[in-house]
Amino acid sequence: MILTQNIFEYWTQNTEGWLYVLVLALIAALYLTFFAVAGLLLVLMERRVAGFFQLRLGPNRVGPGGSLQTIADALKLVSKEIFMPKFADKLLYKAGYYFVIIASLLGLSVIPFSAHFQAFDINVGIFFITAVSSVGVLGILIGAWGSRNKYSLIGAMRSGLQMISYELSAGFAVITIVLLAGTLQMSEIVEAQRDTWFIIKGHIPALIAFMIFMISGTAESNRVPFDLVEAEAELGAGFHTEYSGMGFAYFFLAEFENMFIIAALAVTLFFGGWLAPFGITDALPGQVFWGLFWFFLKVLIVIFVFMWFRWTFPRLRIDQLLVLEWKYLLPIGLVNIVLAALIVWQGWLFEPLKWLGL
Amino acid sequence: MSEQVITHSDIKFQEYFLNMGPQHPATHGVLRLILTLDGEEVVGIEPDLGYIHRGIEKMCEYDTYRQIIHLTDRFDYLSSHMNNEAVCLAVEKALEVEVTDRIKVIRTMMDELTRIASHLLWWGVMGMDVGALTTFMYAFRDREMINEIMEKTTGARLTMSYNIPGGVMFDLHKDFQKDVKNLIAHMRKVLPEYDRLLTGNVIFQRRMKGIGTLSKEDAVNYGATGPVARASGISCDTRKHEPYSAYNRVKFNEVIETAGDNLARYQVRMQEMYESLDILEQLVDNIPEGDYQVAMRNLIKLPKGEFYQSVETARGEFGVFIVSDGKKNPYRVHFRSPGFNNLNALLKAGLGGKIADLVATMSTFDFVIPDIDR
Repeated sequence: MILTQNIFEYWTQNTEGWLYVLVLALIAALYLTFFAVAGLLLVLMERRVAGFFQLRLGPNRVGPGGSLQTIADALKLVSKEIFMPKFADKLLYKAGYYFVIIASLLGLSVIPFSAHFQAFDINVGIFFITAVSSVGVLGILIGAWGSRNKYSLIGAMRSGLQMISYELSAGFAVITIVLLAGTLQMSEIVEAQRDTWFIIKGHIPALIAFMIFMISGTAESNRVPFDLVEAEAELGAGFHTEYSGMGFAYFFLAEFENMFIIAALAVTLFFGGWLAPFGITDALPGQVFWGLFWFFLKVLIVIFVFMWFRWTFPRLRIDQLLVLEWKYLLPIGLVNIVLAALIVWQGWLFEPLKWLGL
Repeated sequence: MSEQVITHSDIKFQEYFLNMGPQHPATHGVLRLILTLDGEEVVGIEPDLGYIHRGIEKMCEYDTYRQIIHLTDRFDYLSSHMNNEAVCLAVEKALEVEVTDRIKVIRTMMDELTRIASHLLWWGVMGMDVGALTTFMYAFRDREMINEIMEKTTGARLTMSYNIPGGVMFDLHKDFQKDVKNLIAHMRKVLPEYDRLLTGNVIFQRRMKGIGTLSKEDAVNYGATGPVARASGISCDTRKHEPYSAYNRVKFNEVIETAGDNLARYQVRMQEMYESLDILEQLVDNIPEGDYQVAMRNLIKLPKGEFYQSVETARGEFGVFIVSDGKKNPYRVHFRSPGFNNLNALLKAGLGGKIADLVATMSTFDFVIPDIDR
C-alpha cells in the first residue's frame, strides 16, 4: 500500500550500501534541524502572542521584526556556565534532560507532516506516541530528584501526579478517534478523514473527545492553567530550578516540542492532518508542499489556542487538578467511548458531503 | 529470600522545612517565611524578618521634622503620599496649625489617586501570583496614567514627598483636573473589564473562595487593619472613624465583607477602587481656591509632649507617634505600619492550605516588605 511508504522508504527505494546509510543520516539530520528550528520559532511565536495579549509588542529589536531574538537567546544559553549543585546526584542530574528531549524527539518521528513525510509509519503509531510521551516525565522526575532541591522535588512530584492522571484522559480521547478510524496507524487515520474530518464525522463524541484532548494535552505539556510543575509564583522554577545553560534549554525546548506534538496530534486526529479542507488543493502540483502547508497552518492555529489559554487563565491548585481529572474528565471520557462505539456500530456518522452526493 | 512485607507503620512520614524567601517570587521582596510542610500542606509558618531593616525610627531621632517626611516614603512605597501625610498631620496637630481647604482637598485627592494606584498594582501582581500573567500588564497600563498625573504635579512617580508640614510642596499642575477626569472615565471603563478577565474566571473563583479564612476574632486579636480587616467584617476605616483632611466633606462607603476569605479581600479592594473614584469625582470640580502652603518656620520645633496621628493607607492604618522634648529633633518616633500586624494575621490565615493557597493568601494580604521591616 502506497500509504505506508514513509519518508525513509520514499528516498531509499533504489539505493543500496553507503548511499542508503547517507539518506538515513540526512533524514535524521533533517528531523534534528526541524526539532531545533521549530523550538526556536515556537518560542518566538509564544513571545509575540504574549505581547499581543498583554498590550505590548514582544521582542522586536533583534533581526527583522524580532525574528532573531530567540537565536540570540539560544546563543546566550549555550554560552552560559553549566552549573551543577554541589550535592547533586551527577548521573541523574545529567540524565534528566536527555530523557525529556529524547521522548519528544521520538514522539516527533511518527507525526505525519505530509503524504510520505513521516519518519516511521508504524502500524501502532498513535499508541507509540502515547507510550513515548510518558517517558518524558521520567526525565523530569530523575532530574529533579538528582538536583537535591526541595522546590524541584515538589515540582517533580506534581509532574508525576499530573502526567499519570492526564495520560488516561488523553488516551481515552485518542481511543474515541481510533474507534472512528478503525486503525492505529497515523497515516491511515489521516487518510480515513479524506471525506470528512473526524471532528465533524464523529459529531458529539468527537467534540467531547476533542475538548478532553485539549485539556489533557495542555496538562501533559505542562502549560497554564496546568503549569504547576514550574509554577513560578510558588516554586521559583519548579523542577528545573537548578539547571542552567543548555540543561535548562533542553527542558525549555522539550516543553515547546511537546506542545507542538500535542497540537500535531490534535490536528491529525480531529482536523484531517495534512489534508486540505474540502480537498481544495488536491488538483494542484506539489502535493508534499500543500500537505505541509495545511498541516502547519492547522497546527499553528491549535498552538495559538494553547497560547491563548496560557496568557488568560490562572493556575489550578494541585488537588483541584486531580479532582478535575478523576472526577470529571475520566468518567466523561469513559462514557464518551461507549457513545462513540455505539455510533460507529450503528453507523450514525455525520457526513453531509456524502449525503449530498459529493 | 524472605518475603518482606511493608506495612503502613514501616513507612515514616516526616514533616519538612522549606525556606520561602528571602528570594522568592511570591514574597515580593525580601520576606522570608520558614514553612513546615506535610507533603504540600502548610502546617507551620514562621516569618523571619529583618532583611530590609534600615532603622528608620532611629534615624528619625537625628532628623528634623521636614527631613522625616522623606524617610516615610520608604516604608510602604505604594502609599508614600499617605505616609507623608501622617507625619505632616501630626506636626500640624502639635503646632496647632490649621491648613487651608485647598491643601486639604489636594491631599485627599492625592491620597485617593495613590490608593487606586496601589490597588491596581496589587491586582496585577495578585493575578500573577495565581498564574494569570496578563493582569500585570493591564494593571500597569492603567497605573501609568496615575503615575503621569503624579509626575506632572509632584515631579516624582513613586516616592513623591509631596506633603510638607503646613501644606504641599507645589501647586497642582494646570492639567490636573483634566487628567483626573480622564482617569475616572477610563477606570470606570476598565474595572468591569478586569472583572471579566479575572474575577469571573471559574479557576480563579475556586482558588479564592473559602481559602485563607481569617475570622473576625482573629483579625481583631492580631491587630489587622485595612482591607484585610474589613474583609473579615470589621469596620476600621480611619477615613470614616477619625476623618482627616477633606474626608469629612465627601460621601463614600466603607466597603465591608464578612466572609474573611481571599475572595472577600479581593472584593473589598476592587470595591474600594470604585469608592476612591467616587471621592475623586466629588472633589475634582470643587478644588477651593487658596494657598497651597501655610507659612511655617523653616526649622520646626514641636512643643514638649506626645502626638499621634493615624491615616488610612492602601494597606490599613498607618500611625505616627512622636515624642517631643521641644528640640528640633523628635525624642522618639514610632510608626505603626499596617503590614507588620497584617503579617501576623497571615500566620493564622495561611495555615492548613496548600503551598499554592499560601501564595494566593499572601497576595490578597498585599504586603509591601519595607513596610513590615522599616
